[in-house]
Amino acid sequence: MAHYLLSVVTPTGGTPPAPDELDAIMKNVEALHREMRDAGAWVFSGGLEAPDTATVVRPQGDELLLTDGPFVEAKEYVGGLSIIDAPDLDAALEWGRRSARAIGLPIEVRPFQWA
Amino acid sequence: MTQVGPADVARVFREEYGRAVAVLVRVLGDIDLAEEAVQEAFEAAVRRWPETGLPPSAAGWIITTARNRAIDRHRRESSRDARHAEAAALHVPDVPEEEGAVRDDRLRLIFTCCHPALARPAQVALTLRLLGGLTTAEIARLFLVPEPTVAQRVVRAKNKIRKARIPYRVPEEADLPDRLPAVLAVLYLIFTEGYTASTGDALVRGDLCTEAIRLGRQLADLMPDEPEVFGLLALMLLGESRRTARTARDGTLVPIAEQDPADWDATLAKEGRALVRRCLRRGQPGPYQVQAAIQAVHSEPPTDWRQVVALYDHLLTLTPTPMIALNRAVAVGELTGPAAALSLVEGLRDALGDHHLFHAVRADLLRRLNRADEAAAAYAEAAARTGNLVERDFLDRRRAAL
Repeated sequence: MAHYLLSVVTPTGGTPPAPDELDAIMKNVEALHREMRDAGAWVFSGGLEAPDTATVVRPQGDELLLTDGPFVEAKEYVGGLSIIDAPDLDAALEWGRRSARAIGLPIEVRPFQWA
Repeated sequence: MTQVGPADVARVFREEYGRAVAVLVRVLGDIDLAEEAVQEAFEAAVRRWPETGLPPSAAGWIITTARNRAIDRHRRESSRDARHAEAAALHVPDVPEEEGAVRDDRLRLIFTCCHPALARPAQVALTLRLLGGLTTAEIARLFLVPEPTVAQRVVRAKNKIRKARIPYRVPEEADLPDRLPAVLAVLYLIFTEGYTASTGDALVRGDLCTEAIRLGRQLADLMPDEPEVFGLLALMLLGESRRTARTARDGTLVPIAEQDPADWDATLAKEGRALVRRCLRRGQPGPYQVQAAIQAVHSEPPTDWRQVVALYDHLLTLTPTPMIALNRAVAVGELTGPAAALSLVEGLRDALGDHHLFHAVRADLLRRLNRADEAAAAYAEAAARTGNLVERDFLDRRRAAL
């Protein structure tokens, strides 16, 4: 089995869903994570706070420099992630498809270096 | 013993390379190792076959030799402790491959090369490389892109197959409707790129058409229950039957209405028509079958334009694209007249205004309506938008003749 990272590609500055929509999405996502667990595919999942809550620690010679904000300002950011266990890319992409359908946002599926 | 020369080995290479690589990928679990082993086997064939004559099964000889070389190499390169285990893992009984297993291997390789997680240019390059046995230099020359670009595409795709674990597997029946169109699209893209090169000064790069048809025949052999596979093969055969008639001796383009049907390849056209009839009988018409049916009608002049328009109507329900609507308008122009066609074409300006064919069709209709000034402007717009020098020359000549 190999590990894959499923990242939720979230548009920067997009309008967040209305409360009832968000409820529905959260229910879908929870149901999907339950299915992942039942299938033995689930390793870890979590939503992330917005990029402006981030701090970057950067080696600068012998010093470490702290900067306030994300390492790069982009049109999209990783809004949440799951790590899954899957036998091959087809299986990982199937979880990716179901995540994209549940969340309504693009999902990047990327293999980890080691199984 | 018949003489075996380099040309014979080259012919076997063309016919059997894909099959051999497909088997070796399964045996070795790695595309690069498989290619290396098969290439070594062909190098051995070049040395051996002139002495021994052509073996009874050239493909079997290549596959067995490639497998033995790969195992030898593995033994040489493995440490003493690991040696035994790895040789055992690689060991496959030295018997001729069963035809069924080899067929599955080739299908597996086709679907791996055309996996939807790979971009279309990567799918095309990988298919020609692994199944067609073309070198990256040959692919680059045929597609008129720099060789490093093709090499990079192939390396990146193979790397992604390995690292992201794209499976070496024929999709389940239920997934075929999702997966087969990519395979068909890759073959058709290879064919159309050869048929009307999108750039450059040769109208036809026939090698690509030949290669696409060869792969199409293999796919039809491997998937006899998929009517769209036969539809694609028929479409390519019917196109191929007119390929040489599309260019005059001096290299200029001859439109279909001005071609002499006697210049068409009657054997290919007949085969294409027979395939169209055969696949349409199954009652599952798809876009390739309907396009092939349209070409089949064209292949028996005088063209029954009423039938062509009806087929385009059907095609539009399957794939409602503006380009098909443009082709339908051309057929309406023949059936009803240029005025009716022109109003249909004008409605497509938003969708196709950047495409040279939109302006070329419009120019032709305006010419037939004796609106010479507007036709001249449209020919100029079309010529400015095509990268194909032969097509541009044709459009310029049409404009000059107004």
